[in-house]
Amino acid sequence: MQREKYAVPLCYNFCMPELHRLHKEIHTVLIGGAAGDGVREAGISLGQLLAKVGYEVFASIDYPSLIRGGHNSCRVSFSKEKITSDYSNLDTVVALNEETVKLHMNELGENGVIFADSFEDEDKTKLGAHAVELPMSAFAKEINALPIMRNSTALGAVCYLLDLPLEMMIERLRIVFKEKVHEANITLAKMGYEFMEKLKFKHTKQIYREKIPDKKEFIEGNIAFAKGLVAAGPNFYISYPMTPSSSILHYLARNQTDLGIKVIQPENELAVINMALGMAYAGKRVAIGTAGGGFALMQEAFSLAGMAELPLVVALSQRQAPATGSPTHTAQGDLQFAIHAGHGEFPRIVLAPGDAEEAFECGAEALNLAWEHQLPVIVLLDKQLSESLSTAKLDAGKIKIENGEILHKVSGHYGRYAITESGVSPMVFPGTPGAVVKVSSYEHDEDGITTEDPKIVKAMGDKRFAKAKGIKKEMARNTAVKVYGDPKSKNVIVFWGSTKGAVLEAAKHLDKPAKLVQIVWLVPFDSKKVTEELEDAKKIIDVEANRMAQLASLIREKTGIAVSDKILRYDSVPFDTIELAEQLNAALK
Amino acid sequence: MDLNLSTKAKITWCPGCPDNAILVAFRETVTELVNAGSLKLENIVAMSGIGCHGKITDYLNMNTFTSLHGRLVPTMTGTKVANPALTVVGFSGDGDSYDEGLDHLIHAARRNSDINLFIHDNQVFALTTGQATPTSPKGFKGRSTPTGTIEEPFNPLLLMLSAGATFVARSYAPEIAKTKEIMKAAIAHKGFSFADIIQPCLTFNDTRDYYGKRIYWLDEKFPTNDVATATEKAREYGDPSTRSANSGQAGSGQDKIPFGIFYSVEKPAFEEQL
Repeated sequence: MQREKYAVPLCYNFCMPELHRLHKEIHTVLIGGAAGDGVREAGISLGQLLAKVGYEVFASIDYPSLIRGGHNSCRVSFSKEKITSDYSNLDTVVALNEETVKLHMNELGENGVIFADSFEDEDKTKLGAHAVELPMSAFAKEINALPIMRNSTALGAVCYLLDLPLEMMIERLRIVFKEKVHEANITLAKMGYEFMEKLKFKHTKQIYREKIPDKKEFIEGNIAFAKGLVAAGPNFYISYPMTPSSSILHYLARNQTDLGIKVIQPENELAVINMALGMAYAGKRVAIGTAGGGFALMQEAFSLAGMAELPLVVALSQRQAPATGSPTHTAQGDLQFAIHAGHGEFPRIVLAPGDAEEAFECGAEALNLAWEHQLPVIVLLDKQLSESLSTAKLDAGKIKIENGEILHKVSGHYGRYAITESGVSPMVFPGTPGAVVKVSSYEHDEDGITTEDPKIVKAMGDKRFAKAKGIKKEMARNTAVKVYGDPKSKNVIVFWGSTKGAVLEAAKHLDKPAKLVQIVWLVPFDSKKVTEELEDAKKIIDVEANRMAQLASLIREKTGIAVSDKILRYDSVPFDTIELAEQLNAALK
Repeated sequence: MDLNLSTKAKITWCPGCPDNAILVAFRETVTELVNAGSLKLENIVAMSGIGCHGKITDYLNMNTFTSLHGRLVPTMTGTKVANPALTVVGFSGDGDSYDEGLDHLIHAARRNSDINLFIHDNQVFALTTGQATPTSPKGFKGRSTPTGTIEEPFNPLLLMLSAGATFVARSYAPEIAKTKEIMKAAIAHKGFSFADIIQPCLTFNDTRDYYGKRIYWLDEKFPTNDVATATEKAREYGDPSTRSANSGQAGSGQDKIPFGIFYSVEKPAFEEQL
């Protein structure tokens, strides 16, 4: 499958001279090749090195739904300042195959360099001095290394080009590869570096970098979420593999012994969520992860979590849909689905982190909220957030484990659904002497026994929704709505989830000041705060990766405020920084 | 000692329904095990799916979880994995576990979590007032199949044996003492225990006469440690290769139907290895 190109069709330097001045502070490397060429791994190694020497980095991965072949690319943008999205304008390209040259040569900037084993004559003519024939495959052959290791030669050459310390790249390769192969990879990296050195190739103009870097991790959104979750003390993570949620499953499964949790992959999503509810009933903190299709399968049990008041965290990583959709590409099409998930009415919490740091915070917060309020909590991620990597500071130190009201012994009668003012009934788990713990998918009385008495049916519905008060207090303690940019501006840009990254990055290129408003808590919705931020605006621009402007609908529903402009992208491609900046500038004119 | 296992809930099964017999068998099982000191009442969890059988949790004064239709088995597995000290017993129906939740049943057998599943197999949907299930005999006339079903029933015992269940039994609900013995053996067995309890539905599928004439019990001489022997025995009734003996169908040429414990072997339980 060939991805259509959405990047600026010609060398952007000539099209957008005024945006280029800022671009000088940002450098973008693209590594492209076939699936199975190790493109992602090479990109991550480079990103980690850049983070280590003190740059802010953002990297995204683009790949089709197949195992071998197809075009994969990893885009690594870096800067001295916080960078929240990547750029399609390229400064350095590593082409591990011919297709990469064809697909990306037009995105190359003024002083750009493109590495390949060799170029077709036509391309060579077009690219001129930009083309560098780097004998990656030949070097690998020369030392009897596997062809996949040729990307280490490329990394060595890129190190030289960007004037990065080769020793640090060698150190990375030593960590990344198993002992058997790391020597070959290291040799190839050195050969790539020395090849450039011998050519006396000019280093790319060095971007100033901080001498003492703030200690940051270069981390994938999903892993940041998983680390946040872990900080809140989960006992189990259960998941059926589904892109783009799977890397949470892989990370937690790989590290489960060290992290002190257990990871299970059952037969399907129905088993996942029902198993999780069985665990919550027995008193264990559990989270599950899936994408939209998997969550669709879970709907009945999601409703059961609401009815039986069982704490549950669902990581829902969106991808292009409906149905199977374009499975490895991004979208924000499940906002309205998540906030209305499950049949019937019951309270839930829906959080939408916008970057790795927020994914970490929401991961921890979600588990605590689920237990304190005894309800299901959804953390809405998407492919762009889940699988992109960025430099982030994750602080587990401030995270406390909140279990809510749990009784370890009872005196007298115990009813699992005792009516309380807060709506939260103290929880007891099976195994507690003298307590009979009954939970049910049926409407039930305070003891958990089935009822069809309309008075009790109403009382129980009211009890569940009585939790709203406590949840609102919780929302007030958190930052449900975040404001960036110029807080006084009458031009407001509103967004949620991973679009935060694109908007914040595009804002660096805006002609006019604007207030940027991010909605983090979707349910409950902070109507008061959102009204305050939007009511005096002259212009409200809604930016979302869906067709129906689902956040705009929610804002209208909760505040009565209509947005004036919408920038919607639903072609499964993440927002491009420069393109979005242009659209915003046009809307703000 | 009387454990007072009944609740305030009014029993709403039809008068004479063999579901009552299953309830009595289970209460007696629990009473005996607790009184013998083998189990503590607070460490037992009874669960159910949805169907007539599912009302049983309301009638048990102990820890219960009334799950969703078809989703009982993963719920049980979750509870057992979360706290292996608990004894988890699940009640399900032929609609619940052979239709809606069949996938979970097969995976539970191969997973071998130490849970105990008792199927109230009345070979009909009763709570929804009389439609065919996967164990209704071919030609069954229900409200959704007025001219008779055209699908063959399957044999739950053969299915469980081939899926790797480590304890496979068949009981007959009206025979409380026999059901109780099977329940005790199932609970004592470490690993996934499965018992199909034939439960005539007095309102929609009264098979008392049919089974009453054909029932025979496997005795202690029957070797329960060999899957080939168990499979051969399970084929005596509801053999898919001949299609000659459909469940509960008079005139099918079926003379005798074996009941009792067909298979019981020990293998490491899922949660032990997790």
